[in-house]
Amino acid sequence: MAILLTDKTRIVVQGITGSEGTFHTTQMLEYNTKIVAGVTPEKGGQKWQDKLPIFNTVADAARETGANASIIFVPPPFAADAILEAIDAELELIITITEGIPVRDMIVVKDALRRSKTRMVGGNCPGVISPGVGKMGIMPYFINKPGKCGLISRSGTLTYEAVKQLSDRNIGQSTCVGIGGDPISGSSFMDILRLFNEDPATDSVVMIGEIGGTAEEEAAQYIKAECKKPVVAFIAGQTAPPGRRMGHAGAIIAGGKGTAAEKVKALRTAGIRVADSPADIGKLMAEALGMH
Amino acid sequence: MKIHEHQAKELLSRYGVPVPRGHVAFTVKDAINVAKSLGKFPVVVKAQIHAGGRGKGGGVKLARSLDAQQLPGTAEDVRQLASAILGMQLITHQTGPEGKKVGRLLIEEGMDIKRELYAGILLDRSQAKNVFMVSTEGGMEIEKVAAETPEKIVKITIEPATGFQPYHARRLAFALGLEGDAFKSGVKCFTALYKCYENTDASLVEINPLVVTADDRVIALDAKMNFDDNALFRHPDILEMRDLTEENAAEIEASKSNLNYIKLDGKVGCMVNGAGLAMATMDIIKLYGGEPANFLDVGGTASAQTVETGFRIILSDPNVKAILINIFGGIVRCDRVAGGVIEAVKNTGIKVPVVVRLEGTNADIAAKMLSESGLSFIVARDFADGAQKAVKAAAER
Repeated sequence: MAILLTDKTRIVVQGITGSEGTFHTTQMLEYNTKIVAGVTPEKGGQKWQDKLPIFNTVADAARETGANASIIFVPPPFAADAILEAIDAELELIITITEGIPVRDMIVVKDALRRSKTRMVGGNCPGVISPGVGKMGIMPYFINKPGKCGLISRSGTLTYEAVKQLSDRNIGQSTCVGIGGDPISGSSFMDILRLFNEDPATDSVVMIGEIGGTAEEEAAQYIKAECKKPVVAFIAGQTAPPGRRMGHAGAIIAGGKGTAAEKVKALRTAGIRVADSPADIGKLMAEALGMH
Repeated sequence: MKIHEHQAKELLSRYGVPVPRGHVAFTVKDAINVAKSLGKFPVVVKAQIHAGGRGKGGGVKLARSLDAQQLPGTAEDVRQLASAILGMQLITHQTGPEGKKVGRLLIEEGMDIKRELYAGILLDRSQAKNVFMVSTEGGMEIEKVAAETPEKIVKITIEPATGFQPYHARRLAFALGLEGDAFKSGVKCFTALYKCYENTDASLVEINPLVVTADDRVIALDAKMNFDDNALFRHPDILEMRDLTEENAAEIEASKSNLNYIKLDGKVGCMVNGAGLAMATMDIIKLYGGEPANFLDVGGTASAQTVETGFRIILSDPNVKAILINIFGGIVRCDRVAGGVIEAVKNTGIKVPVVVRLEGTNADIAAKMLSESGLSFIVARDFADGAQKAVKAAAER
C-alpha cells in the first residue's frame, strides 16, 4: 500500500484537452495509472485520443465512471473554479498542478476544503507518485523504485534529485508527494507526515523544505510528538537573501521569519537528521535505516 | 509587485481611505506647482522609492514656503528641498549601502497630528486567512513592536466565508481608543482599507503611521502596498504602476523571457531548472566555499533559447568567474538540453569556464555530446561534483 494514490484510486483529468493535460495524461497512462475520464466543459460526449470519455462536469464523470480523484491542469484564472467543482463532486483526492493561482482564490479554496472530506495536494506542485501503482503528476517515473520510504517536498526538480539519491542507494519509495511552493497549499508537511506515520507500508520519511512560512517548524513539532519513523530533512535556501521571492511564490523570508537557519534549528531540536548538503539526502537516509 | 507611496494613496483614496491632499512630482517645477495648488503651508516633500526608512535617510522634509526668494531668510522652501532630494542617492536600512536614486517626489499637505497609530493587513499563511492588525505604536517598525511589546498589537482574523464586517472595524477602532468623530472616521477608514486590500489582490497593506488629526479625522499619512504577482492579470491598472527603474535591469530582462533571476554578490553563476533545485544549488556552492552570483530558474523545459537568454543574463554581471549548469532532466530529455547548451555557448561566445551537470533521461548521451562538442565544458559526474568543480574554476580566475 501507499498513501493518497493507491490501487483504489480512479482518476479524472480536469483540463485533459489542453496541451499540458494531453501530454501528461499520456505519460501517466504509460505508467499504468488508472485514469478513467477527462473533464472539459462543452466537450462532453467526445473521446480523448480515442481512449478516454470526456465529460462536461466533474460530477458527471464521477457518477458515470466511479472516479474518486482528480488531477487539475486548468490555467490559473480558472483553476480555483475547477478545484471547487471537484470538491463539490465529493472526490476524495485532488492534485492541483497549476502554477500561479492567486492567493485570494486559494483562501476561498482552502476554506471549502476545511468544510469537506476532500484532500488536496498543490497547487504549483509536481504531484504524487506511488511507484508501481501509478502517478498523478508531471514527474519523471524512471528514477523511482517501489519501496518503503515516503517523501514530502515543496519543490519539483529538487525532489527528483532526492528520489534519485534514494533509488541509487536501493532505498525504494512508498509514495512521493510534492506539496507545492505556494503560500497556501491544499496539504501541509504535517498533513502528509500524519498519513505516512499511519501507513504500515512506509518505514521512513524524507522531508524537503525551503525558506518561507513556518510549515517546517510545525512539522518538526509533530514529528517530535507523534512520529515513530526515522525522518531525514533538507531545507533549501540557506543562501537566499531576505525579502526576495525565490521562484516559488511562497519562498520568501519576510520580516526576518522563515529563514533556513530557523527551520534547520527547529528540525534538529526535534531530533531530526538534517542534511547540510542537498547531495547527502540519500546518504543520510541510508544511515538512518542502518544500511551500509 | 511593489508600488510607490503616491500610487498606493491614489488606490486607497479610490476606495474611500482618507489620505492627505497631494500629488506626485517628477521635476522641481512640478513640485512647486503642486505645492502652489495645495494653497497652504507647511507642505511635505517626500522622496518616492521602494524602500522604508526614507525619513531617517533624509528623504522626507517639511517646507514652509514655495521659494526662498519670495520669503527671505527661510531655507526650508519647496524649490530647494525638491532640488536637493530629486536625483539624490537615498540610503536607508532597506536600500543597502549603495542607496536608491530618487526619481519622483510626493508633495502633500502637512497635517496637524494628535496621535500616530499603525494599521496593516496581510496573509497569515499558517491559517490561510487574512489578518488585520492595528497598534497604538505608530511610527515604529511593527517587527520591533511585535518583538518588544506584542501586547500592543491587536489582531483580527478575517473568516473567508463571512468576510470583513462592521463589528471588525468597530473592534479595531475601540482597541485603538478612538472616540467620537475619530471613532466614526476610524471605522470608515478600516472598512475601506480592507475593501481595497481584498479587491486589488494586495499581499500587504501597511499604514504607518495612521494618524488622528487635531480635528479628529483618521488619515493614512504613509502607505505601503504590495501585490500578489499571480493576480496581476486581473489588474491591468495596477500593473501599469510598475516602476522599472526600481528594479535590477537583468531581472527585468529575465522576467520578459519568463525566467526567474535574482542577482547576488558571489562569483559562481548558476543556471538551474526548478526553484527548489536552484536554491539548493546556491546552498551547495556556499557549502564548498564559493559564493553564488545569482538565483536563476530556467523553468521545466530548458530549451536552447532559454539557456542562451540565461547565459546573457548571468554574464551581464561582471563578477561571474564560472558558471554551473545544473539541470535535472525529468521528462525533458538531457540530450536535447545538451544540444541547447552547446548552441547557446557557440552563440554567446562565453569566456568563463562552464561546468555542466545533466541528470535524467539520456544523461549519458548528453555527456558524450558535451565532451565531443569541441567546446571546453567541464562535465560533472553528479550534483556535489558539479558544485566543487564550479567553485574551483571560479577561484582559479
